[in-house]
Amino acid sequence: MTTSEKQKFIDILAAFTGYSSKHLPDDVVERLTLMREKEDSPMAKLFYDAMFSDLEKASELDRPCCQDTGVLQYFVQVGSGFPLIDETEDSLREAVKKATIEAPLRHNVVEIFDEYNTGDNTGTRIPWIDWEVLPHCDSVTIYMYMAGGGCSLPGTAKVLMPLEGYEGAMKYILDQVTSYGVNACPPLLLGIGIGGSVEVAAKLSKKALLRRIGTRNKNQKAAELELKMEEAINRIKIGPGGVSGNASVMAVHIEQAGRHPSTLAVGMSTGCWAHRRACIRINHDLSYELLTHKGVTL
Amino acid sequence: MNIKHLTTPIKDEDIMDLRIGDLVYLTGRLITGRDDVHHRVVKQHRELPVDLNGIAVFHAGPIMKERADEPGKYDVISIGPTTSMRMENSERDFIRETGVKLIIGKGGMGLETAEGCKESIAVHGVFPGGCAVLAAEQVLDVEGVEWPELGMPEAMWVMRVKDFGPILISIDTLGNNLFEDNKKKFNEVKEEVLPELYSQVDYLK
Repeated sequence: MTTSEKQKFIDILAAFTGYSSKHLPDDVVERLTLMREKEDSPMAKLFYDAMFSDLEKASELDRPCCQDTGVLQYFVQVGSGFPLIDETEDSLREAVKKATIEAPLRHNVVEIFDEYNTGDNTGTRIPWIDWEVLPHCDSVTIYMYMAGGGCSLPGTAKVLMPLEGYEGAMKYILDQVTSYGVNACPPLLLGIGIGGSVEVAAKLSKKALLRRIGTRNKNQKAAELELKMEEAINRIKIGPGGVSGNASVMAVHIEQAGRHPSTLAVGMSTGCWAHRRACIRINHDLSYELLTHKGVTL
Repeated sequence: MNIKHLTTPIKDEDIMDLRIGDLVYLTGRLITGRDDVHHRVVKQHRELPVDLNGIAVFHAGPIMKERADEPGKYDVISIGPTTSMRMENSERDFIRETGVKLIIGKGGMGLETAEGCKESIAVHGVFPGGCAVLAAEQVLDVEGVEWPELGMPEAMWVMRVKDFGPILISIDTLGNNLFEDNKKKFNEVKEEVLPELYSQVDYLK
């Protein structure tokens, strides 16, 4: 690794982060386009018109499509043979500082207890980095998520007793959707995590938001439940912006882990319609491909 | 759905006939004010740096850029609404103490704000959430920034806007509340669909 290689890595990550604040991923645009076509109430149509006009202007003027560019989260799947593995964490921090100036991103990191805005979007344990190590692999795949305030607010997790379990989980989630979810810029992407303890459920609920819309859980029962939940929640007709309309969610994604016999934990994370999730694969020679935004060169 | 254009300073009679579901476009002056601005006004009783009588408060934390050739002068890059409900416990007092006539945000507000709109003659409206470049393009000028030590999102930015909207009226001067009405309907359907989901999740053996 040379200094110029590290700088190139930082530049790619900064450009990737900035680009993703201005352009929604292909699957989200596709789903919103379909949902827009099915709306017939004037109020819902007005909101969809505003949303699509905003996306066009953001692209044309090269600006973040939503002012809340969130607290940056990176979910890193790093190959054990990736040559810049030791530099990845530092490079992500530097990339966030760079993107904050260049994109520009909103200053969004407030230190706990000392209550001041750091001004560069880095801070204690921020950007938040989640690690998975891939054996026998020399590339890195990085998911970026801009965790905005509005869509982070409905986030919740709880440990239920198995006898209140699955039914309790359904009620817990739907109660949250019809209260906090209404204000979180619907149509929402709903991420649900189920496991044995609270942090497992919470983390899986966020990972569920990283999945491409249109994909289904590999477990048949979970896939059926995703579909049933989408149908049920769409019948509530929350509509874009909560003004009511023909649907409520872009999709429901569930991720699970084995539980303890005595517990059933459930977590929920919500993504807003401006779901700024992006994924890039960077190879050992620093060639790259954006997996969420096809054909894009940074 | 009636459409009305408002110009600041807004008088009581300008908004008395607005009803939930109406659309408004604003021309004139607004300030941004979120959690910290509300806290300073309502809890700390600080002196207002700007006269808010008859103007609009926008629940928003923008992305701003200082001009390289003109230090202290800013341009708006992106400015969309933030979740209004966070200001629910302060808004009634804020309206009374400042004299603002139009509160703009996203999502609904609660019973206290509805009472505040009734007693002090004000309305709450929503700008489509996330539509931050759309909104930025309707800002004519950033007049200044007050309380900049609160940081970019929380500071009080003073702006002039033209045909700023669409703003969907969600609380009117009679205290009608579009989102509270919607939530009642949402919850009724939720009670209908939950039993169907319960039968779907009978997984225990």
